[in-house]
Formats: sequence, C-alpha cells, structure tokens
Amino acid sequence: MAEPYAIEVKDVSMHFNMNKEKLENLKEYFIKFMKRDLRYEKFAALEDISFQIAKGDVFGIVGLNGSGKSTLLKVISGILKPTTGSVITRGQIAPLIELGAGFDMELTARENIFLNGSVLGYSKKYMQERFDQIVEFSEMQDFLDTPMKNYSSGMVARVGFAIATMTIPDILIVDEILAVGDFRFQEKCENRIREMLEGDTTVLIVSHSIDQIERLCKHCLWLEHGHIKMIGETEEVCNAYKKG
Amino acid sequence: MALKNILITFRRYCPLLWNLASRDFTLKYRRSFLGIAWSILNPLLMMLVLTQVFGLLLKIQVENFPVYYIVGSSMWTFFSEATNLSMSSIMGASTLIKKVYVPKYIFPLEKCLFALENFIFSLIAVVIVMLFQRFVPPATALLFFIPVLYCFVFSVGIGLILSALAVFFRDVVHLYSIVLTIWMYITPIIYPIEVVQDSALIYGIIQCNPMYYYVGYFRDLLMYNTIPDLRFNLICIAFSLGALALGLLVFKKTQDKFILHI
Ligand SMILES: Nc1ncnc2c1ncn2[C@@H]1O[C@H](COP(=O)(O)OP(=O)(O)OP(=O)(O)O)[C@@H](O)[C@H]1O
Ligand SMILES: [Mg+2]
Repeated sequence: MAEPYAIEVKDVSMHFNMNKEKLENLKEYFIKFMKRDLRYEKFAALEDISFQIAKGDVFGIVGLNGSGKSTLLKVISGILKPTTGSVITRGQIAPLIELGAGFDMELTARENIFLNGSVLGYSKKYMQERFDQIVEFSEMQDFLDTPMKNYSSGMVARVGFAIATMTIPDILIVDEILAVGDFRFQEKCENRIREMLEGDTTVLIVSHSIDQIERLCKHCLWLEHGHIKMIGETEEVCNAYKKG
Repeated sequence: MALKNILITFRRYCPLLWNLASRDFTLKYRRSFLGIAWSILNPLLMMLVLTQVFGLLLKIQVENFPVYYIVGSSMWTFFSEATNLSMSSIMGASTLIKKVYVPKYIFPLEKCLFALENFIFSLIAVVIVMLFQRFVPPATALLFFIPVLYCFVFSVGIGLILSALAVFFRDVVHLYSIVLTIWMYITPIIYPIEVVQDSALIYGIIQCNPMYYYVGYFRDLLMYNTIPDLRFNLICIAFSLGALALGLLVFKKTQDKFILHI
C-alpha cells in the first residue's frame, strides 16, 4: 500500500469579494438590493491549485507579495474555507500563521501561555507539564508576570514559537515567523524545526528568505498571482525564482 | 458520527471556553478598585433609585417591591448582558479567527458563560436586599437554577443569531440596543403584570415575550413559594430550544463567511 500523503490539495480556488464600497450597513444594503446593484467584483487569490506533500517532507512556498502564499496556508490549516476544491490533511496541525495568535496583550505571559495553549486545543494539565519547557525555550523567565503589551515584538514571537513547537505535531505550518527574532533565536528556531524533521513531521514553510528555504526545504512551490508557476526540487525552483 | 465529532471538538476546546471566560473576568476587575463589589453595588444602586421613583408613580402597590424589582431585574440584566456581549463576540475575536482554526461558536457561548458568572455574583445583591427587607425566601428558592438554565439556553440562541448578523451588518448593534430597551419595557420588571391587564393588546404582547416567563418563573420560586406547572415549563422550554435551534441554524449557515467580513 502506498504511503498516503500528509497534505493533498485538490483544485483549490479561493475567491474574495472585492466590493468597492464595503456594505456593512443595513440601509445601504437594502437600497442596493432594491436597485439590484449588489455587484461584487470577484478576486481570485488562488486559482485551481493542486499538489500533494508527502509525509516527512519539508516543503517551501515562495512568491512575490500578494501572490497568495498566506492564503494557501490558511486554506490548508482550515482557517479559510476554499470557494471550490478541497484539502485533505492527515495528522495534527500546528499552524504558525502568526505567532501568538490569541495572545491578549493585557494579560501576563504566564496567563497567555495557558490561554494560547487552549486556543491550540491543549488541556490545562498538558500545559502545566510543559510550562517550564516553554519558559526555558523562550528565555522569558524574568518577564513572566509582565503584561505582554510591554514586550518587544521579538519577545512576543519567542513565547509564541515556544508554545507552538512545544510538542512535535504531525504537520507544522510556518508563515514568515522566523523573521522577527534576533539571529541567535532564529538559529534556535531552525534547529527546533530540524529536530522535528528527524521525527516524521511534515513541514510547510513560507519565507521571503530564499537562503532559509534552500537550507531547510526539499521541495518547493512557486506561486504567482494565485497560480502555480513551478513546483519541484528546491534548487531548480529557487534558481528559476531568483532569475525572476 | 458527525455528532460524535462535534462533541470531541467541543471537549477539546472546553479549556479555551474556560480560559476566555476567566480572562474576561480578570480583565474586568484587574484595574478597578472595588473589583467584584461593582457586580453587587451596581444592581443595588439601580434598585434604590428605581424603587424610590416607581414606588411613588405606581398606583398598584406591590408587596416587597424592592425584592420584586431586584429579582426580576437580575434575570433581565443577565439576558441583556449575555446577548449584548455575544453580539460583538465574533468581531472582537477577529484577530484570532483570522489566524487559528477555532470553532467559532465558542465566542458567543463564552460571553454567555461570562454573563452567567456575573449573574451569580449579582445574586449576592438579591440576598442583601432580602436581608434588608427581612424577607425570608421560601424553600422553592432552591430550584432557582431551572429558570436560569432556560434563560441561559435562550440567550445562547439569541446570541448566536446576533453575533452572526453583526458580522455582516454592523448596524445590528445599534438596532439591538433599541430593541433591548423596548423589550425591557414589555417585560414586567419594574411593574406588576396587573398594571397592564386593562389593555388587551399590551397584555397579549407580554404573553408572547419569553422573558416574561423566565422572570415570572424566577419570582415564583424566589418569592411566592410556587413551582410553575407543566404547561408553563413547556412554554419556557419551547422558547429556549426554539431560539437555540434557530441560532445554530443561522450560525452554521453563515460561519464560513465570517472571515471574509471581519
Ligand atoms: N480577507 C481578504 N479579503 C480580500 N482579499 C484578500 C483577503 N486576504 C487576502 N486577500 C488578497 O489575496 C491576495 C493574496 O494575499 P496573501 O496574503 O495570500 O499574499 P502573500 O503571498 O502571503 O503575500 P506576502 O508575501 O505579502 O505575505 C492579496 O492580493 C490580498 O489582497
Ligand atoms: Mg503572507
């Protein structure tokens, strides 16, 4: 029996309504509706995307700003529902679309660690067992009881990364999050990702740092205006991408 | 099978529900000097003012008017707070919804739980008024959780509808504050139902108001040593489950589009 893919993306299209004026108002909506003037301009952020990622692969996505990389990751992690097509994922997903999503900046780091853990669906007991590990990895021992609004953005990212990678998920989805930390922390993060790779984790990375993609990834996808421009071995794709 | 999955997901996100509610609670009181005391002081002060004014205006005398008022108003405050907070819950959680997958009904449900927490604290105010009036509640008061449960389910239903609508039409927020004001006046909170008995129309309208039943149920238990009959209970349940079913339907139909509008 063939090993099933970790991620299968089938004919996915994602359309956004780009209505010129936002109709957030019942009166406006009603008037437009009566005038039959409810036109939406469709904007295709993704168009007919299909590909598979094998278990244990490290898969990079490159592309210019606005080419649909983040949108694709959001569709894969279930945050966005595609307009057409389907995505099958096998295993538990840790989506790092943005570090520390769900942090409440009024709360302290200690409180936020538990809050964010539950956002990711972990129980309190589970978080208590890993609390020390998280604090140690993020190196935030001295700031645990400071409200997070007083943190620098790098510090927030550290805590977020530590929480998101405290367990080894089956699928790790990373969107440009390694950019904020200082070089030492970036190194630490890359090492952590490599550690995961030794397990069976499938990793999906979006980054504007081609170096990073070349260092970490085996396969690569190049998106352009929501279409697949090229897919294949990292070296080939990256070389073509760099040439433009 | 599908139901089983829903239950598994729900259990997985129960800690989130709890953490969000306790976050709301912590943040509400962290910076306030009197802290939780506000949950008790607020209804007490309102009661003092309103009973003074309406005690003079009302022709029909209600026995134990301060108790009558605060029992009714605490239930009403619960409902109005739960639905109001639920209404903006999806928009309030927009940063989260855009970045992580979380079942979205968690947010209105959490606000209803938070309102329930506040309601339980406000019961202390009810007890204080009873002590002050030397009013001894009857044994039926022990069943107080029944109308609270009915009202909670009803609030969740209405909250689900409002939270979904508010995502698409922001003016629902303004509209609902008007609706709530009118709704409060057609619920016998500061007046006894006998006041409107002469007008068949108003009396009829009040009979269609779910809050009339929940408030009435609560008072029957806490003040009049009465357990409402089966028919009354069935009416309550019908309103609660009806609202919940409608809420779930509206929410389910629209939730995938939330992210495009927040
Ligand atoms: N919620 C939304 N509503 C409307 N349009 C959207 C929405 N989200 C994304 N888009 C559009 O989809 C396109 C792709 O956006 P996306 O964030 O996926 O780009 P990206 O490849 O991640 O870019 P970057 O490199 O800047 O991160 C953009 O043109 C953006 O305007
Ligand atoms: Mg992006």
